[in-house]
Amino acid sequence: MALRTVVAGPRVGRPGPLVTTVALLLVAATFVPLGYIVSEIFATGPSQAAELVFRPRVGQLLANTVGLVVCTVPICVLLGVGLAWVVERTNVPGKAWWGPIFAAPLAVPAFVNSYAWVSAFPTMHGLSAGVVIATMSYFPLVYLPAAATLRRLDPAVEESARALGSGPVAVFARIVLPQLRLAILGGGLLIALHLLAEYGAFVMIRFDTFTTAIFEQYQSSFAGPAGSMLAGVLVLCCLVLLAGEAGLRGRARYARIGSGAPRATARIRLGSGTIPVLAALAVVTIGALGVPLWTIGRWLRIGGAQVWDFTEIGEALGQTVGLAAAAALLTTLCAFPVAWIAVRSTSVFARMVEGANYITSSLPGIVIALAMVTVTIRWAPPLYQTVTMVVAAYVLLFLPRALVSVRAGLAQVPIGLEEVSRSLGKSGPATFVRVTLRLTAPAAASAAALVFVAVATELTATLLLAPNGTRTLAMRFWSLSGELDYAAAAPYALIMIVAAVPVTYLLFTQSRKAAGI
Amino acid sequence: MPVGWKKISVVLAVTVATLSIQACSNSSDDDAKDITVYNAQHESLTKEWVAAFTKETGIKVTLRQGGDTALGNQLVAEGGASPADVFLTENSPAMALVENAGLFADVDKPTLDQVPAQFRPSTGKWTGVAARSTVFVYNKDKVAADQLPASLLDLAQPQWKGRWGAGVSGADFQAIVAALLALKGEDATRAWLKGMKENATAFPNNVATMKAVDSGNPDGGVIYHYYWYRDQAKTKESSSHTALHYFKNQDPGAFVSVSGGGVLKSSKKQESAQKFLAFIVGKAGQQVLRDGDSMEYPVASDVAANPALPPLADLQAPVVDPSELDAKKVTALMTEAGLL
Repeated sequence: MALRTVVAGPRVGRPGPLVTTVALLLVAATFVPLGYIVSEIFATGPSQAAELVFRPRVGQLLANTVGLVVCTVPICVLLGVGLAWVVERTNVPGKAWWGPIFAAPLAVPAFVNSYAWVSAFPTMHGLSAGVVIATMSYFPLVYLPAAATLRRLDPAVEESARALGSGPVAVFARIVLPQLRLAILGGGLLIALHLLAEYGAFVMIRFDTFTTAIFEQYQSSFAGPAGSMLAGVLVLCCLVLLAGEAGLRGRARYARIGSGAPRATARIRLGSGTIPVLAALAVVTIGALGVPLWTIGRWLRIGGAQVWDFTEIGEALGQTVGLAAAAALLTTLCAFPVAWIAVRSTSVFARMVEGANYITSSLPGIVIALAMVTVTIRWAPPLYQTVTMVVAAYVLLFLPRALVSVRAGLAQVPIGLEEVSRSLGKSGPATFVRVTLRLTAPAAASAAALVFVAVATELTATLLLAPNGTRTLAMRFWSLSGELDYAAAAPYALIMIVAAVPVTYLLFTQSRKAAGI
Repeated sequence: MPVGWKKISVVLAVTVATLSIQACSNSSDDDAKDITVYNAQHESLTKEWVAAFTKETGIKVTLRQGGDTALGNQLVAEGGASPADVFLTENSPAMALVENAGLFADVDKPTLDQVPAQFRPSTGKWTGVAARSTVFVYNKDKVAADQLPASLLDLAQPQWKGRWGAGVSGADFQAIVAALLALKGEDATRAWLKGMKENATAFPNNVATMKAVDSGNPDGGVIYHYYWYRDQAKTKESSSHTALHYFKNQDPGAFVSVSGGGVLKSSKKQESAQKFLAFIVGKAGQQVLRDGDSMEYPVASDVAANPALPPLADLQAPVVDPSELDAKKVTALMTEAGLL
């Protein structure tokens, strides 16, 4: 018995048939939206498809969407890296406070941010407004990894450069910046994908992107060919971004070789620059946190007690928590087999399984929802408009978020412990539950929390897929703010922000522990 | 080993339980009498109807909220398998869409008898439940009374470039285009939409249009009357600098849009569904329009409009058969004009 176990030793922890099957099914599911878009393009026929794609409106949308990405991403990178550098590398006063402050905007959904800005400045609209609101919502996605990387960098390299006569600017450009490349690329890609997918924030300021136009088409003709063709172009944009990021990432190595102990870097003294730097940090803080909190506070004051309709709010909260909890649980469960394969296997299949999920995550919620509406209505009517379907859409949309956490947790589990458990006669599943699951519990919890918040603030897929009678917090907020009843919308905005705070804190502390995300 | 499986099954059981609790909370339509309404009318108005109806009959109503055309097209896509029992809209083109797909059951005769013929289709497949008038809302500081457009068609002229707006993606505006199409034909509509693409600003809906006009940019907008009266009755926050211009003279811009209600043929709750429709066009349902804050026109049971509104009969609306308003064609034309 013992001998057999030892012989089987190297196979311990490898993905078994069950894991492989589940992963395969997930991969198949992730290709449903993409397959739907492709089949729609074929079904529409080349001439009509071309007519719907090659028209001035699409050119306009493309110009808007590309303009948004091209303006916002560099600004977010400059802002994120700049802030990270100031907070991590200078003696700016209150440095313990700035880190959490610049992570906090993640708790404010972009459409809530838009609502705040547009009620503070009612004439805001178009590209410039889109760039301001998107920057204020998304710069933490660069700030967090950049700050984490800066903290981890070995100061010895920079000191050597300085000793060799380079000034601080040259050191930053030649030594620090290249090492921030992964953080910048990763964060930039995430922001770009968010920009492509965002709906509510841009409708509110009357800025048309592919996502808002697809939704308009959906409103006018349900799942008509024009909407599907727009979705096809949007998918193409996402794939271009993914390929671009992969190309820029390259194959360079960034890790230090050899152990050594990174010390804390000597902080740069700002001296007379302290006041302007502090002023700049304050401006960002006011833009990203001050405006939303002040606006919501103002509307709550104006609305008074009567906007707190606890029956409606309670119902929305209950439905939101129910959906988010179910999706969080299921998504985290699904993340295990995929992460397992990614960590324990180096096969082509493993890379494919992982890659497929990232492709789906890059598809905007509206494309996934559009696909699922059409697919279920045609081929799986009993699933149509059910909780199962909307939860399945959430799983597809947010699996990568869970995957990142679960994979990191799984990678830290010593396979030796599993081997010991197996050699003591425990079965695979028992070993998984008693050893692996226990060790990955914190990672799984943070994965579930991430998905929970993502679902709680999700709008487009919920609008299209939710069962009859569903009114989540985001849906209620959306319909009230759409009628410009800003006061009645304020409680929902507040609840969504409050719900996201713990997870934002979790993200912040995690980014302090593990550099890079 | 058994312990391991137990834990796994606990996790699975929790998942299944969570999902089924969710499912149950939404399955009230399985009860013998309770109905599901696809509601494209204002949520607040339908909720008032539902509350009064449930109080009277004990029948519970689940709403699926959406836009006219989205829900109409959705019903067509769902066909006989639709979970909907009743369809309510703000405008009639989406009703015609569903009617043309052959999905409506006949409305009970006594219900139809409550509604004058001009507010319902001759086919009797659905009925008007309320009405709303097209108006031109304008900023009093920007447009003098003698500069007002005499016809909706004037808004496509160069002198209105950059000066007006509308809730382009909404069913409300698309219903007005449908009326234009029915009254003036395809070529005139295509030309007008082209002019509109040049001249107009697109807003997400009527409220946003009116608020923008109130702030002076653009100068005017095409909306429905009741948004303005509602704001006037409350805070005047979004309309204090504006006034309404009625096109009258049977102009396409004087179009009165009929909100519709119909019972789906596929519904297994025909009795409850017909009862709901009968309730809405009955005295009690129509009085909700008069006394509530919707400011839409009642059309049935001889209930008069809210006294703040000009009488419906004075608006000189063009005669359009609500069944002939073509939502599909309008979407296609607007897509072609680059507005969608």
